[in-house]
Amino acid sequence: MRRKDLIVVILLSVIIFVVPSLVKNNYYISILVFFGINTTMAIGLCLLLGYSGQISLAHAGFFGIGAYSSGILTVKFGLPPLLGVAVGIVLTFMVALTIGIPTLRLRGHYLAMATLCAGEVMFICFKEIDSLTGGPSGLPGIPPFGIGNLVLTKPIQYYYLAWILALGILCFSLNLANTRVGRALLSFRYKPLGSEEGALSVGINVVQYRIKIFVLSTLFCTLAGNVYAHFMSFISPENFDMHFSTLLIIMIVVGGMGSIWGAVWGAGVMTYLPELLMAFKDFDILIYGIILIGILVFMPEGMYGCLRQSLRRFVVKH
Amino acid sequence: MNSAMILQFLLTGLTNGILYAMVAFGFNIIFSATEIFNFAQGEFVMLGGLLAITFNQILQLPMIVSLLAAVLIVALIGGLIEKLAISPVATASFVTLIIITFGVAIFLRGAAMFAWGKNPYALPAFSGEKPISIFGAVITSQILWIFGIAIVLFGILTFFFTKTIYGKAMLACNYNRDVARLMGIPAKRMVTFSFILSGALGALGGVIIAPISMMFYGQGLMIGIKGFVAAGVGGIGSPTGALVGGLILGVAEAFGAGFISSGYKDAISMIILILVLCFKPTGLFRIGAE
Repeated sequence: MRRKDLIVVILLSVIIFVVPSLVKNNYYISILVFFGINTTMAIGLCLLLGYSGQISLAHAGFFGIGAYSSGILTVKFGLPPLLGVAVGIVLTFMVALTIGIPTLRLRGHYLAMATLCAGEVMFICFKEIDSLTGGPSGLPGIPPFGIGNLVLTKPIQYYYLAWILALGILCFSLNLANTRVGRALLSFRYKPLGSEEGALSVGINVVQYRIKIFVLSTLFCTLAGNVYAHFMSFISPENFDMHFSTLLIIMIVVGGMGSIWGAVWGAGVMTYLPELLMAFKDFDILIYGIILIGILVFMPEGMYGCLRQSLRRFVVKH
Repeated sequence: MNSAMILQFLLTGLTNGILYAMVAFGFNIIFSATEIFNFAQGEFVMLGGLLAITFNQILQLPMIVSLLAAVLIVALIGGLIEKLAISPVATASFVTLIIITFGVAIFLRGAAMFAWGKNPYALPAFSGEKPISIFGAVITSQILWIFGIAIVLFGILTFFFTKTIYGKAMLACNYNRDVARLMGIPAKRMVTFSFILSGALGALGGVIIAPISMMFYGQGLMIGIKGFVAAGVGGIGSPTGALVGGLILGVAEAFGAGFISSGYKDAISMIILILVLCFKPTGLFRIGAE
């Protein structure tokens, strides 16, 4: 990890552990839990899209696999939550490989289409295998997460769980970005930022890297799904539809695709924005659309990317 | 299972297939000019349908006037979207552009909910509601209108792209934009024009389908996805591909819903596309690599 990143990570950790002493309202704590969960997923997608240049519209499905593994195993079979996490990881690993191996040979738009379809198929499975998933009406009564005697029941405990997970993944990803693997990923991004031919010519196994980073990013989503299911105690298929896959991409595009910090920033903005817009009642989606278009038209590099650029310009000038 | 039922499924499938093909065609036109997927394509269909219903039912305008007005307005909206949201950031990465069109779709959906509320509306059939019976299958007369309009439309579009100078210029931009510009083709104007044309096409699809399927503000998304899948099956950028892809998808869905289960019917079209992409990544009709 670079020193600059390390300082920001330490600062962020301090903020995360100070916030609960300032915010007592459970509603705000829940929003922060969702922020943590979304951050975990956005970072994974950022490694995939921002670093290796592969788009995926299937990630909500993997979020769903995690959530349903936790939900089904604890509710229908009465097994401990930790087993749900393990099953979620194994399942995601298998599904991601099945989807990834044939589709990741595709590029750009074709990959977008293939993953969109894969995501929809997963969504339809959540909806239709109703003996296990509860069908369209959802799966209620998921018990709280716990290991042995330690059972997490309060939102504040999930806040710590979600953010410890998010911070762990953040550190891991920041490290990864500055290793041989991270630099290899950057080399074959979409044109003009990278070139697949160039990467191949210096001996980088592009397809293998693509599949590996795809599986890795889906595993982040599964873990987020586990936390989500136990926190909400109720899940239903529409939490895991194509809208959510798109929302994840919106997060990293709004934040700034080129950087992991952009993903964190975007996750924060896009988690908080709908809550902020609730005051507008039926106008909310109208305003949401305008804000989204506005951000991207005026800051095509994303909010974090734009901020960094103007800071750099400011530094150069003075 | 008798032949009348099979015919019924086939006709239902073809009707939906035509709508998917029109949306796919809209996708293709914009993709050819800009290399981006316009996720607001389904919203054009929804707006076309709802506008025609308003003109016909509330303002009591004749059907043909309502139809033309709806198509014209949505075409204009298409052009405005390009001018305001796409053209200022034309050099951004394709992911950013796709997300912008997604923002446009959300905005249009919100605007439609504001204007029409959350209730579904229907347009009366173009020539009476009396059902017609063919070989034991019962269809509405509207289906004949849909087939007729679609055939004329695809004829016009084929003529436009192969015989007129404007259409050929658009195709030239698709093959190689830089060379097209060197030949004096105003590539930027072609982009605007592609949004206008694709808005008009989407709206027309919405108007002709409105009498047999209720229209409401949130309908665009699923129609858009289906059109997107149809474009992929047929091959992005290929007009024949859009038509064939749309029809394959519509028919497969109708039979899937009839023989397997209506819950899995959407999964069938998705799996078809995944298979097509695995075995022929450029779609059925796209010639050469991307």
